[in-house]
Amino acid sequence: MKNSVNRQLPEEIMQQLGYQAFQSTEIGSPDIQRVAPKVHVSTGNDKLCTSLEEVVKKTVQDGMTISFHHHFRNGDFVFNQVMRIIIDAGIKNLTLAPSSLTGVMNDLVIEAIKAGTVTNITSSGMRGSLGDFVSHGGLKNPVIFRSHGDRARAIEHGDIKIDVAFLGVPNADRLGNANGMQGKAVFGSLGYALMDAQYADKVVLLTDNLVSYPNTPASIKQTQVDYVVQVDQVGDPEKIGSGATRFTKDPKELKIASLVNEVIVNSPYFKEGFSFQTGSGGAALAVTRYLRQAMLDHKIKASFTLGGITKPMIDLLDEGLVDKVMDVQDFDKGAAESMQKNAHQQEIDASWYADPDNKGAMVDQLDVAILSALEIDTKFNVNVMSGSDGVIRGAVGGHQDAATAKMTIICAPLVRGRIATVVPDVTTVVTPGDSIDVLVTEYGIAINPKREDLQQAFSKVRSLPVYTIEELQQLAAKKVGQAAPLEFTDQTVALVEYRDGTIIDQIKAVKD
Amino acid sequence: MAETKERLRRTMMFVPGNNPAMVKDAGIYGADSIMFDLEDAVSMNEKDAARDLVYEALQTQDYGNAELVVRINGADTPYYHNDILAMVKAGIEVIRLPKTETAAMIEQLEADVLAAEKRFGRPEGSTHLMAAIESAKGVLNSPEIAAASQRMIGIALSAEDYTTDMKTHRYPDGAELQFARNMVLHAARAAGIAAFDTVFSNMNDPEGFYRETEYIHQLGFDGKSLVNPRQIPMVNKVYQPTQAEIENAQNVMKAIEEAKIKGSGVISMNGQMVDRPVVMRAQRVMMLAQAAHLVDEEGN
Repeated sequence: MKNSVNRQLPEEIMQQLGYQAFQSTEIGSPDIQRVAPKVHVSTGNDKLCTSLEEVVKKTVQDGMTISFHHHFRNGDFVFNQVMRIIIDAGIKNLTLAPSSLTGVMNDLVIEAIKAGTVTNITSSGMRGSLGDFVSHGGLKNPVIFRSHGDRARAIEHGDIKIDVAFLGVPNADRLGNANGMQGKAVFGSLGYALMDAQYADKVVLLTDNLVSYPNTPASIKQTQVDYVVQVDQVGDPEKIGSGATRFTKDPKELKIASLVNEVIVNSPYFKEGFSFQTGSGGAALAVTRYLRQAMLDHKIKASFTLGGITKPMIDLLDEGLVDKVMDVQDFDKGAAESMQKNAHQQEIDASWYADPDNKGAMVDQLDVAILSALEIDTKFNVNVMSGSDGVIRGAVGGHQDAATAKMTIICAPLVRGRIATVVPDVTTVVTPGDSIDVLVTEYGIAINPKREDLQQAFSKVRSLPVYTIEELQQLAAKKVGQAAPLEFTDQTVALVEYRDGTIIDQIKAVKD
Repeated sequence: MAETKERLRRTMMFVPGNNPAMVKDAGIYGADSIMFDLEDAVSMNEKDAARDLVYEALQTQDYGNAELVVRINGADTPYYHNDILAMVKAGIEVIRLPKTETAAMIEQLEADVLAAEKRFGRPEGSTHLMAAIESAKGVLNSPEIAAASQRMIGIALSAEDYTTDMKTHRYPDGAELQFARNMVLHAARAAGIAAFDTVFSNMNDPEGFYRETEYIHQLGFDGKSLVNPRQIPMVNKVYQPTQAEIENAQNVMKAIEEAKIKGSGVISMNGQMVDRPVVMRAQRVMMLAQAAHLVDEEGN
């Protein structure tokens, strides 16, 4: 079976799991039934515990689905504490459904898989030793990769039915009112965790900072929480930030960023009240800097920025160049700490951010998205999931979701070292080419032929070197030559959902 | 030859010849000239590897319209002859001789390059030359050096070695370079070739860089040697003509066209005769305006 981006899909597995093949980026206007969680009624007076073991014993049973958030990123102390207890308790056949898995969780996940504690995983992504383990067939059942918006959709549909959510927070009161903005381990927006808090049958908060009742502002509310567990430390403040918020000095990244800026400024979307989303990489941050200057020069303000937020974005807010920051997660301390001081930095949950089955998500209102790619092919399909060796080493993140923007720009170097980024066919399709409008490389840009309006707009700009994507692909091939094809076994180790819950691609085990 | 001499040379970007990533990416920054360095940037034990790398890059990589230059090792080193052979064989456009002090050094280089052209069947005279002036003696001899060969396309002042030779060092105001800059520039102009100013290596002082670039632009240098691609747009900004200069140049070009159509040898504008220097200045303004994307290829 092949889907509309020409990917061979595993029919039997898809049938077993009740999956349809990806057809189109159009979501349409279907009527959707959302689910509701089970509520164990109480006055809330006995939620507070000091023993995590006790809470795990009371809540987790064989075969359940448990979840975590990844807002602590590599400074997370919650996941490993909880998983240690669960593994030691001999619990089996769990489905692990975190918003994403960060490197600091890898060892325990692998141990849990080997112990039979975890038999299914759904996540935004995975990297390092865990990606390697899964790509070598370490987990029998295929991992399901979902974008942040798709995870929200799947939770609301009941595709992901969370039995117990373990959510670390830098503060909470005894009934479970909590936010991400105060305390030692602040990470700002609780955006992804808000889905778990709303839809899990049992919600367990872990905090190292018990504050007096009632705690406000309350992002997670006492009406959602079953247990509040006091622990020594929920996270390492030093490792929560992605650390990538310094402006790059790399001339190649700056070159790409300046071209991205030219594309935005010369597009029909660069006008008063436009909106944009950027990532946290070096080039993306540099785009913010160029864009700031362009907004000053043209006397233009943005109505909102969206997605993962960094300090430079908050600076634009403080400078009055951006009216609102719609914040689903914060990539650095500066952005995290400003949330409680800044009424215009709005915390949004993953559904509001990007769920396609919605009464309107933020991404549906987005003008410009600037995204990265490990690979992009001549059909503009993008891979952000598997590396040049075929091994899982990435995350869907908000990629498919933000690509809903009216103009989606992929910025990536033409080649990385001796590996081409622009290729005839990507290893794994994560975001379909239909939702990608412009590719920006250090050599020049390519415009999706479906966007005749952009072709016309950019052909008038003398400083923009416009190529076809085939020309860029050939240029890359000329520079680094033809890579030998990757070799995979027949085992499907992961399925990649499109944001509507259909299957856009599969990932097979690598052959060594 | 004339075309080679008249091209824009605002920016000559240094690229260490032993750095594959930088050699590969050298074409993306829009430098007018790319100078692959086999000399100071490359340590003794990497001389052969760098030469091979640059040779292969010249065979396989596309550097667009940039003028390609290689700084070879001096005649007093064991690498000099092999550098010349490899670069001539690769079809390099310009060989830059470091630490040039006399016209005889250029004459020797010309003879060595000619021999290499003959050996590899390259068109004789196709390899151009330029000299780096890095000492008091070189500065004083620069008029003869600049005129030493028909192959010469430019001379460049290299201030680090020069200031050491002068028993001083570089100062922010550049007073220590006044004589050398003017001498080198006059030597170049008298010989009808390009003049390149020295590098400015403090990337954390953009104001100082702009100040120096504006100064050498005012003196009349063709451009500047650069160590960081981030300096390229900065130099181009300084060399970018004003709207008034462009309009004036466009009027001159129109007057030339009209004179051509009329078959008249005299170009006139607003009833006044346009003489040769005005025409030449207008042509250069149009070249700069095109390079800055301020006008299209037709000059509109």
